[in-house]
Amino acid sequence: MSTVWPRLEPLLARVERPARYIGCEDGAQTPQHAPHKAAWLLIYPDTYEVGLPNQGLQILYEILNERDDALAERAYAPWTDLEVELRAHRVPLFSLENHLPAGDFDVLGFNLAAELTYTNLLNCVDLAGVPVRAEGRGEAHPLVIAGGHCTYNPEPLADFVDAFVIGDGEEVVSEINEVVVDWKRSGRTEGSREQVLRRLASVPGVYVPSMYRVTYDGPRLVAIEPRYRDVPARVEKRTIASLEDWPYPRQQLVPLTEVVHDRLNVEVFRGCTRGCRFCQAGMITRPVRERSAEQVRTMVAAGLRRSGYDEVALTSLSTADFSGIEAVVGSIMDLGDNISVALPSLRVDAFTVGIAAQLQKARRAGLTFAPEAGTWRMRQVINKLIREEDLYAAVDGAFSSGWRRVKLYFLTGLPTETDEDTLGITELARNCVAIGQRHQKGTSVTVSVGGFVPKPFTPFQWFGQNTVSELERKINLLRSDARRSRGVQLRWHDPKATLIEGLMARGDRRVGAVIEEVWRSGGTFQEWTEHFRLDRWVDALANAGLSADWYVHRHRTEDEALPWDHLSAGLHKDFLWQDWRDALEAVGLADCRWTPCYDCGACTGYGIEHVVASAVPPAGGSQGTGQDLSSGHVVPVSLISRRPASAAEVGAGNA
Amino acid sequence: MRLRARFTKLGKVRFVSHRDLARIWERAVRRADLPVAYSSGFSPRPRFHFGLALSVGHESWAEYLDVDLTEDLDEVTLAALSAQFSAVLPNGVDCTALAVVASSGGLSLQEAVTSSTWSIAMDGGSLLDAAASVEALLGASSVFVTRERKGKTVNDDIRPYVRNLLLEGDRADCEHGVVLRAEIGTQPRTLRPAELIGALGPMWRERRVVRLAQWIDHEDGRQEPLALPAGPIPWLRTDVCAT
Repeated sequence: MSTVWPRLEPLLARVERPARYIGCEDGAQTPQHAPHKAAWLLIYPDTYEVGLPNQGLQILYEILNERDDALAERAYAPWTDLEVELRAHRVPLFSLENHLPAGDFDVLGFNLAAELTYTNLLNCVDLAGVPVRAEGRGEAHPLVIAGGHCTYNPEPLADFVDAFVIGDGEEVVSEINEVVVDWKRSGRTEGSREQVLRRLASVPGVYVPSMYRVTYDGPRLVAIEPRYRDVPARVEKRTIASLEDWPYPRQQLVPLTEVVHDRLNVEVFRGCTRGCRFCQAGMITRPVRERSAEQVRTMVAAGLRRSGYDEVALTSLSTADFSGIEAVVGSIMDLGDNISVALPSLRVDAFTVGIAAQLQKARRAGLTFAPEAGTWRMRQVINKLIREEDLYAAVDGAFSSGWRRVKLYFLTGLPTETDEDTLGITELARNCVAIGQRHQKGTSVTVSVGGFVPKPFTPFQWFGQNTVSELERKINLLRSDARRSRGVQLRWHDPKATLIEGLMARGDRRVGAVIEEVWRSGGTFQEWTEHFRLDRWVDALANAGLSADWYVHRHRTEDEALPWDHLSAGLHKDFLWQDWRDALEAVGLADCRWTPCYDCGACTGYGIEHVVASAVPPAGGSQGTGQDLSSGHVVPVSLISRRPASAAEVGAGNA
Repeated sequence: MRLRARFTKLGKVRFVSHRDLARIWERAVRRADLPVAYSSGFSPRPRFHFGLALSVGHESWAEYLDVDLTEDLDEVTLAALSAQFSAVLPNGVDCTALAVVASSGGLSLQEAVTSSTWSIAMDGGSLLDAAASVEALLGASSVFVTRERKGKTVNDDIRPYVRNLLLEGDRADCEHGVVLRAEIGTQPRTLRPAELIGALGPMWRERRVVRLAQWIDHEDGRQEPLALPAGPIPWLRTDVCAT
């Protein structure tokens, strides 16, 4: 192995923002390679600015580098200008720590957080000098492994990735490492690649697509079944029982050049049980596992001291639901006036704004809320049980506490959505503007609308996504209504990109040919508007003889085999189906953190439970706690109650 | 009180932009727990004053930063500060000298500095070719370059900015071909090394550019805003081929 730095250095003088290719971050390690250590190259298949803050990648980076028999370096997708230079000068994709060629590592480990990065994964593998199709790789080539939320439907990438990891990576990464180390020590002899893949297939949480046979009946998927007896028929996700046992990253990377979320990030809990039916993250990361308030305090204080950051984000899927929030807020305020605290994914209520007001003494620029839908009926369908009063109280709190801008996130193209529901979005926004004007003149509210993409392992996985023209029609409805509404600024996502996201999200193995063709025709960085071109995808679909209608817009039936049926997120399929039926009837479901278990399967199947920092639910209430759902004329129901809930789940809220 | 730091920017970190370097210093100063003065306003920032910007990709032994503090530091704290900064700055950025300077009334670093010395490694020709290019440039009474300024194309005579050019010949230790030592004036505006290379002739390509010193002219000579200490700097981590 020898560094590519001398060959790379002259190229960096010719590209934009070369600092993203030099490494040298605080927290970066300089691993020593050795024959007894498996060498991992952890790759985020998007730009450095987007990929560096990724916490999953940083956690695995530290866990691997702490091991005596492993090391990890990092790489990110080079921007198009550097890619041209790399290809012209035959310089491969490289690691940032030692600037070593990617192809010299034992594992290329990708983090898949967004469907539109799939073509970038192929590009990175190709830039590494490794065959993009798994079947073309031999003993000389690294293993290509992928983890992250997108792997809950790995099928579109099944032809390109040797092994997928489903679920939390903290524990399984070491189990995979043992297999890889053995392979390396045995000299990667002829035919050993197949054996290594076979061994990996029996590691719980690891899915090796080449070990499974897919059968179709015309366009219909019949089954995905193991080829061998020792390969599991169903791959269960991995879940760490306690987040407290994994206080990572201990040394968060502090980049030299500005990146997104350029601040200290401390994960306060993983998992969410609010049960929003559109939200894949909330479904697949169950149960809730909170850190103790004490550990959060320590991680915040030590992290700020070490990094020199003046901003910390308390991350989770809904941080105001963290039962230790008040204990943590108090201690952060003691750290000084110049420290600002970000709460991404704010809950929509006045209590949350109160917390934010305590935390953000300076720089009250904007607050973002996500009501997700414009009418109470629609919010019952998606089980985001926020009342209008909650939103208005939150917005009133924000403007009266000095915030200048409020941003509201919505989805359109939801199941059963009518034009009345769609226009409810601008209606809510107008009312928020009126509230703001009581506090300051010229108030504006930004409304950001995204097209809904149904995701695997959610109750909406059977729903036929809206077509591009239907989404465009709805956005145009909103545009003309927003034009008539002073102070409402509308932004929207391109429905064409939403279509392709939908194709990746629920596609099967045949979609791989489409991804490959789009990549070969130059379609990288598809999540970047300036690089996304729908015609490439349309052509590739036609050439593969596949139909977007079939994959994206068609409603699926209960008996249909889904491309992810051989994987499990713990959730019972009949639970999801029942929740889908309830959604169609606009019936809500409570947050099981504080109410009896309805046996979705995420805890019971794995013998684990919610872990909460405080036995008392946070003030303001989560769904089914203090929140008055009766004003919406519907009380949420528990669907199935098979066993008495434990004390930890019920908490003092029900005592 | 105003603190002046002299620091290096050598090796891989030369690809870091001026703006990014300011952010790196902000974090370093916070980590050193100094009583930094903050600007007032909606988004308070520490009161930093940088000297002349350095182009991305160019290195330096002589960068400067002034930091305003709300309290005076004692001698012991000051003495330890250079090493403390270096420990929390990225490899290649080392604090080489530190001093308290007059905090108001005087000129800013950018206004005070009148010239800088550069080591410019180029390829594209032999030592003799370089000698001819240098002679031609120094012999000309005016040399015009085309620049974009505020959206307009302007022709500027850069000859007055070229104070001196000296060929150092091939340097075996750096493998960088022809090396030129250039004294460039910085007032009222500066001449960038890339523009100087362009003015030497179309065959010359920049290989490595290092700022060696910045100078403030006086009636009886010139001095650096902050000179390097006489002895070795024990905390200097930089292991790059020197000037």
